[in-house]
This record gives sequence, C-alpha cells and structure tokens, in this order.
Amino acid sequence: MLRSLISQLRTLGTVLQHSFTRAETVEYPEEKPYLAPRYRGRIVLTRDPDGDERCVACNLCAVACPVDCIALQQGVREDGRWYPEFFRINFSRCIMCGMCEEACPTAAIQLTPDFEMCEYDRQSMVYEKEHLLIDGTGKYHDYNFYRVSGLKIFGKDKGEALNEEPPVDVRSLLP
Amino acid sequence: MPVIKVDGQEYEVPAGGNLLETCLEQGLDLPYFCWHPAMGSIGACRQCAVVQYQNEEDTRGRIVMACMTPVSDGAIFDLSGDRAAGFRRTVVESLMVDHPHDCPVCAEGGECHLQDMTVMTGHRDRHYRGTKKTYRNQYLGPLIHHEMNRCITCYRCTRYYRDYAGGTDLSAQAAHDHVYFGRHKEGTLESPFAGNLVEVCPTGVFTDKSLVHDYTRKWDLQSAPSVCTGCGVGCNTLPGERYGRLKRIHNRYHAEVNGYFLCDRGRFGGNHVNRAERIDFPARRDADGRFQALTDQALGELLTELCAGKRLAAIGSPRAGVEANLLLQTLVGPERFASGMDDTEHALVDRALRHLVNSGAHNPSLRDIESADSVLVLGEDLTHTAARTALALRQSVRNEAYTLAAELKLSPWQDAAVRNLAQDRRSPLHVVCAGSTDLDDIAAGHYRLVADDQARLAAAIATAIADSQTGDAAAQRIAADLLAAERPLIISGTGAGSAALIDGAAAIAEALVARGKAAMLSFTAPECNSLGQALLCRDSHTSLAALAQSDADVLIILENDLLQRLAAEEIDQLRQRIPTWIGIDSLENDTLARCDLILPAAAFTETEATYISQEGRAQRAFPVHPPAQARRPGWRWVVELAAAVDHPDLAGIHHFDDIAAALAVDDPVLQGAAAAAPDHAFRSRGLKIPRQPHRYSGRTAMGADVSVHEPRQSDDADSALAYTMEGAASTDRPGALLSYVWSPGWNSNQSLHKFQSDIGGALRGGSAGQRLLDGLSLAKLPPAPAPSAFGRRDQQWLLQTHHHLFGSDELSRLSDGIAELCGRAALYLHPEDAGRLGLEQGDGAEVAGQALEVRLDASQVPGSAGFSTGYPETLALRAGHWVEIGVAAHWQRAPELIGSDREATA
Repeated sequence: MLRSLISQLRTLGTVLQHSFTRAETVEYPEEKPYLAPRYRGRIVLTRDPDGDERCVACNLCAVACPVDCIALQQGVREDGRWYPEFFRINFSRCIMCGMCEEACPTAAIQLTPDFEMCEYDRQSMVYEKEHLLIDGTGKYHDYNFYRVSGLKIFGKDKGEALNEEPPVDVRSLLP
Repeated sequence: MPVIKVDGQEYEVPAGGNLLETCLEQGLDLPYFCWHPAMGSIGACRQCAVVQYQNEEDTRGRIVMACMTPVSDGAIFDLSGDRAAGFRRTVVESLMVDHPHDCPVCAEGGECHLQDMTVMTGHRDRHYRGTKKTYRNQYLGPLIHHEMNRCITCYRCTRYYRDYAGGTDLSAQAAHDHVYFGRHKEGTLESPFAGNLVEVCPTGVFTDKSLVHDYTRKWDLQSAPSVCTGCGVGCNTLPGERYGRLKRIHNRYHAEVNGYFLCDRGRFGGNHVNRAERIDFPARRDADGRFQALTDQALGELLTELCAGKRLAAIGSPRAGVEANLLLQTLVGPERFASGMDDTEHALVDRALRHLVNSGAHNPSLRDIESADSVLVLGEDLTHTAARTALALRQSVRNEAYTLAAELKLSPWQDAAVRNLAQDRRSPLHVVCAGSTDLDDIAAGHYRLVADDQARLAAAIATAIADSQTGDAAAQRIAADLLAAERPLIISGTGAGSAALIDGAAAIAEALVARGKAAMLSFTAPECNSLGQALLCRDSHTSLAALAQSDADVLIILENDLLQRLAAEEIDQLRQRIPTWIGIDSLENDTLARCDLILPAAAFTETEATYISQEGRAQRAFPVHPPAQARRPGWRWVVELAAAVDHPDLAGIHHFDDIAAALAVDDPVLQGAAAAAPDHAFRSRGLKIPRQPHRYSGRTAMGADVSVHEPRQSDDADSALAYTMEGAASTDRPGALLSYVWSPGWNSNQSLHKFQSDIGGALRGGSAGQRLLDGLSLAKLPPAPAPSAFGRRDQQWLLQTHHHLFGSDELSRLSDGIAELCGRAALYLHPEDAGRLGLEQGDGAEVAGQALEVRLDASQVPGSAGFSTGYPETLALRAGHWVEIGVAAHWQRAPELIGSDREATA
C-alpha cells in the first residue's frame, strides 16, 4: 500500500519536472524545424550543370520504386540525347523512401526537404514532368552524365567524353 | 552415359556434348559470350574457363575453356573454385575496360548478357585507369541501330551473319584491339535475317532501331506468346507492349519451328498496329458517304435492322484465325462462305494441302528441313515468300560438312574446325525459279525457267527418278542428287502461281517414296492462316465468283481487303449484287470504305486466335494487351452478329474456348486446333500465368494522368494468361503459354536454356502447337493440265511473280522501318528485252495502265517479265498472263540517295 503510494507520487514528480525542461517539438506550422538537405521529401527532377535535363529516361527509378508510383516514356531528342517524353509521379502513392534517388545513375531524381504536399483533391497529387523539373542541379552540382558516357550527342563527338581516346581509324593496321 | 565430376559432385551427362552446354543443362551457372546454342563453340571469349584435373591425385589442374572441352567419362572439373572464378573475373574486367558507361541510355540495358555475366563473375571495380578506345558508328538501315563502343569482340555477330545466315556485308575489320564490326561503308544491312543480331549480340552493339526511338525496358514490357502473321511459316514470336503500343517483337523459341531466329519481316513488320489509321469505333456510312461513330445501343439496333431475317453471305480471311472464320462459316452457312483468298490462290493452297496429306512423303517441320541432305526448291524465291525456311535451308546444306566431320570424329559443335574441314563442300541444293534467288549462292545448280517450264522440268525429274535413263541433263542431275540422299526434300508452293508445278513437286516426292527414300515434301503458303482456310473449306468451298452469283442480302467481310485480291471491277460487281456490306477490320482500307457498317477489329496483338501454318501446325496466338477503345477480336464481332440474327448454334458462345466446344465436336482438324494451347482453365501451380515480369513498374502511375483512382487490372477470362505480374511464371510452363523468358541472374534472352529440357531441345513445359495433317485423309484432285513449253511472243511478255520480303505483304509494308525498305514496285526485264523496248534501269514501264520502275535482271527469262507482287501498283497483275509493255509517260526517276540524306549515325 505504502509502496504504491510512493510510486504514484514519484510519477507525479517526474511529470512535474518535465514541465520545466526545454521542449523537443516545435509549434508547426508557425515555426518550422530545420531539415537536412538529404531529408527525403518531395521529389524533383534536376538539370545538369549545362542547364539541360539530367533525366535520360533509363527507367531505373521506376523499377526501383516499391510502390510503382513512377511512370515515364523515353524519347530521343534530335541531338541524340534520351529524355523522358512524360515523367509522372503519383505522390498519393509515394512513400518517400528514396529508392529512386539511390537508383538514379545520372543524379536527376532527387528528394528534397519539402514535405508539405497536402491537397484536397487526390488527383492534384499526380505530378507531371513540368511540376517535377527544377532549374538547378539540386544536391549534386557537378555531375553531367553525358560528359562521362560514350554516347555521341550534339556538341560532344565520339572520343570526347571523360577518359576517352579519339575514335579508332578502322582503315589503319598500325599498332 | 559418361559421369563427370564438377565441384566434387558427380553428374551423369549425355555423351558428345561440350562441358559448357552440359553444365548449363545441369542447371549450373557458367558465364559465356561467344558460344551460341545454334552456332556452336569457337573458344574466342575465354569467359567459360574452368579448371580440369587429370585424376583424383592431380591438385594443380589446368585451365580449359568449357565450350571447347568434350565431356568424357571420369573427367574432373572445378567450376567455382578461386582459380577458375578468378580467371573469369579477370576476363570480364578486361572486356569491360573500354565499355562506354552508357547502360542508362542503352536499349540492351536490363536484358544484357554482358551485364548478367559481369554480375555473375563478381567483377565490380575497374582497376584500369587509362583511357578508353572509341569507335564511330555506322548507319545500318532503318531497322538496326549500331553502337560500336559497347562491343566486346566475341565475334557472335559475324559468325551469325556470315556463317549462319549467309550474309556478306557485315564483317570484322581493322586489327589487334581495334577490331570493328560493321559494313565496308554505311548502308542498310542486306541480309533479310539481320534483325537477329539484336538478340545474338550479347551486349548493345546492335539494337532494334524502332525500339530505341520509343524505348521500354524488358521488365516493363507486357508480352504474350504470339505467332507471326507475316507469312505461312508460323514462327513463334513474343511481341512486347507498353502504354497500348507495340514496342518490339522478339523470337519465341520453338524447337521444331523457328528455333532461335526470325526473319526481318516477322521481327520488324508488326508495328502497323500502332498506326493512326486504326479503326477505333464502329461506324455506319451516312447518305453522304461519311462515317458516323455508333454507340453500343445504336450498334445493336443497327445490326438487328441490317441482318435479322436477311440472307447473309461472308468472305473470311487467311490472315484471321481459325475461330473467327469458323464462326463466320457457321453463321452464314458453308454455301455462302468464301475463304477470302482469290479463287486461283485458294485452288493452289487446296491442291498443296491435298498433296501434303496424300503424297506419302514426310511433311517436314523447319527442324526437319534443316536435316535434309539434298534439297530441290521449285518455283519459290524462299527468302521472300517463306524467309525462315530459306534460313533453314542454309543450315541443311551444311549436312555435308557434318558428315565429313563425323568421319574424323569431330563434334558438330566444333564450329571453326567443321567449317575449315568442309570449306565450300555443301549438300546439294537445286533451285528452280523464274529468276535469280537469294539462295543461289549456296545452290549446286540454279535453273531459270518460267513457271510452266518449271512444271515441265518437275515432271521430267519425277520420270528420271523412276527411270534414270530419261530426261535431259538438268533433270538427270537433280534426280541423281535426290536419289543419292538419305533425306531428300522437295519444297514448292503457291508463290509461282502454278498448279502444275505443285503437282510436279508432289510427283517427285512420290517417285522418291516409290524408290524407298524417306523423302520430305513441303509447300509454302501465302499467309499465316491460308492452310487453315483450305482446311476449313475442304469439303465445301464457295468461290468468290459463286458468291457474286448468290442471292444474299448482306455481305460480311472479315479482316480482308478485297482490293488485294480482286480487280476493282469485280468488287463493284459484287457490290451491286449484294446491297449491304459489313466490314470487320483493324486498319482503314478501300474495302472498308465501300462498306455500310464497319466494325473495329482487334489487331494480332489484341486477340486470341489459332493460325495453321504451312506445315499444318495449329498454333495459338494470345492477346498481348486488351484491345483499346471499342475494338474487339474478329470472333467477338461474329458472335455479336449471330446474336442479332438469333443464330441457334452460336447462342451459347461467350468465351474463346466455347467456340471449339460448340463447333469442333466432330471435326478432327478443329479439335486439333482447339488443342493447340491449354484452355482458359489451365493453372500453373494453381495460378494463372502472368504477362508482365515481376519487376513491371509504374502501375500506380501509368494511368494516373487520367484518374488517380487505379482501375482494376483487366481480367482475361478467355485464356490462362493474366494481364498482371502476379501468378506463376515457372520455367516449366507450357511452351504455348511462354509469355516471357527470365530466370534469376539471367535477364537476357540467354535465360532460355533454363526453359529447355536440353540445349536446343524442346521446352520443358512441352512444345507449342499441334500438327494436324498427320493421319488426315482428303480426296485427291485430278492432275492439273500439263503446260506447254514456253515460247516467247513478239510484242507481249509473260508475267512472273517476283516476291519481296519487304513490300509484298499487305500489313508489314505499313510498318515504319519496313515501309522505308519497300521501294517502288518494279518490273524485272532481261536487258535484251529492255533494250528492245528502249528502257533502261530506273526508267518507267507502263503495264496494264500502271507505271512500274524497270530493273534490269539478266537472270530473267527473255520474253518474260517479273513484277513485284503485293504492291498497290501491281495488284491488278496476275502471274501467267501475257501483257504489253510500254514506256510510262511522266515518269520521275527515283532520286539517288546520298550519304548526307541519311539519318545521323548517333
């Protein structure tokens, strides 16, 4: 009986003590917490340092997505670059797991610290490419897939990518 | 059977194979590149290295290439030990040194054998820090994309292209580590089998150009087993679909039919289904000639109004399946049902069919054709009328090489050794045709004769076989070659348009059988279900001419553009006789434009159907995706029509399998067709078989632009396949239901060996299809009248068919890449004849009111003229007719194509 009473009082005391410690929560939405750049929120498509679309429509994000909420179709631009004709993310399904970002070989798809995506209409959660594509490079400033890849595009001939020799002269038999 | 020891475990294996294929057959994963099941071993890539020990005491062993090592009793191998695995890892690393870091933009990615093998060997980080060599690509035509940087110099492409398919314009060039695989200069690859490079190349050097420009990864393709509708051979295909569009067609392995390869018409000729001219909704023609789309209710009322109580007649289609034609025949009655072929063609196919049944010779599959050791081709340019057969013949002439190799105890898979041994020695192949053919390069003899003379030669050969003293030198020589063979083969067909020739071919086979030979006799058929139509109408055939005299009120035309077969006047006559026309078809054409009601048919990728190939093999094609809009399979429209007239026999048909249950009861042929694939109730491990791979992506976003609320996935009540990724995709599912090939660690089509009972053998779940002609009995036809010898006329030329793989087929010519290769309809003239007419190469000749491009061809028989069949300009021309040839007025010569006109090689 006495032991129970002491336990009750000690509990009250502990609760009272917490009334004077600093709060860990903040008064959202008036006050917004700091979110690290690598926080996994709303997904964007970024551009390479030259300002061109980074996405090459390789479909790896779509296949990595555990909820299958990414759909796209590849197209080939006149200059030889692959690009997504459409790129759609159904955010009403997205679980912000970041697997797409991990899978992306061109650093095109990136998750941002923005998580405020409430909508009254669920259809508004479907983002097309024009909603996803931003003007900057996002978190990765320097990477430019086409500067590394051996594919020829306008303005970058065969042999002009990173670590490449000029094209072989197949008519020559010299060593 | 020898017993070998691999990694300490004993395996009892078949004798005579090499270690690589033996390991794969035993389910062991051993990486390889240059070995190909259809092309044997050359030991070039060094990837399948294993360690072989002399005996149990040997602890050092030596590294050998598994593909070059025969299995022998008691042999001991180490496959997964450090030394073997380390060697293989080093080999892959050296192959990857120059690899261009472009998997994300490579059309092979996700089904790349190089990716698979790199992962399998465990190579991850590149130690090499130097620069990578690069190459310029070539323009190789509208079908194939070239990206040479990805090459690992396994030599599969040239071995396939030159050695297997007989091409000459793709070769290995340059030297040492600069080896380059391409043409001597840019240009379209000439071989009609070039498309197989896409599947043969273990990486992305050769890719499907139409796929590259509208790309979807293999894991995102929904696919279903299908059958090629390009010609009568019946190759098994795997079309892949995404977003309602056909993306590509891959080969579907069938041990007895197409094996590992397709022709380019089959591979690239399907994307006409993506055309904007597809019919989407039922429509009726107004008084002013314009078509108005109909709602379901309006359509139902209209069908009743048009058909109820009326006398119906119908024209079927050799490019529609057995079921739709059977329903239509039942609906209108056999006396008012025409097969859909023109009367001459029907008679030819019917004659060929009866010979196949009655000749006593074996009716061969393509694999049997590959085993023939002496071949006679009569009147067919097979590369253009039944292309896959021509590729099989290119293998059959190698039987001489295998015989020589067997004498030296060389295994047939020792590819380089066998080829070196044989050099140019080939089994005899004789080609009798109206002009040169694409098989002349391997032929022991070729004979250029017009169709009537071909038939006379055939009769002479038959006589010479019975009595070797008769006949001229050519007949004697051919007869001697056929008699010297163990498995002689005669191939003819409908291509030359001659009934006497078909009789002649059968007479030769019969004479060979009478001499005790195990002869084979095969006929080509013009379309994918021509033989099916001949079988369907075998007891009661109504000709189109008879149909034009019938008392019908309504004519139903199933998937048939009559202008491909009849002259415009004949069609107008038919139109006047029968006042109301209902057309069922998938693409706009001139016949539909004449109809009062058009019903949108599902294309071959959207409908289940059974096609009967030239061999008499019933094979089932399944829809790859559900039909869009208001399109429905042809057979469903016939059921709708039957409901409108309350037809008693067709009332209970709701599903595909009901057709056979209701109508095929006492017909062995139709029962066989129904048994071509497991029915809708079939389950594998209690589950349906998925059309989508388990990695199929995007299903919660694909349709989200229309509605975020995902619709239920379409249900397929007609078959055992499902439009989902759920289900049982086991490696032993029936061959007829093989919706895709994939196995853990094997993402490319090389995973096929997991589905085979043995390398190059039947599929583990059983081969697809059902042969129908064995054991069938049909009445013989009286022989066709013997033709007289060809004599040239002064001002007239005898027309002979000239088929084009790209262009002579009604639908494939509407496919993007192929449309570019069709060129203009041509008239082939002997230079001497052209000189008399004052025509030169590229000039315009006028024949029957049409201007055709003149091509000089010294192989053309003087006095005859070959015309491109199946082109809009030549539809009115008929083989065997005499025509006058004039100089076309206002002819524009085709502009010379120069390099810079072509698409950039990117």
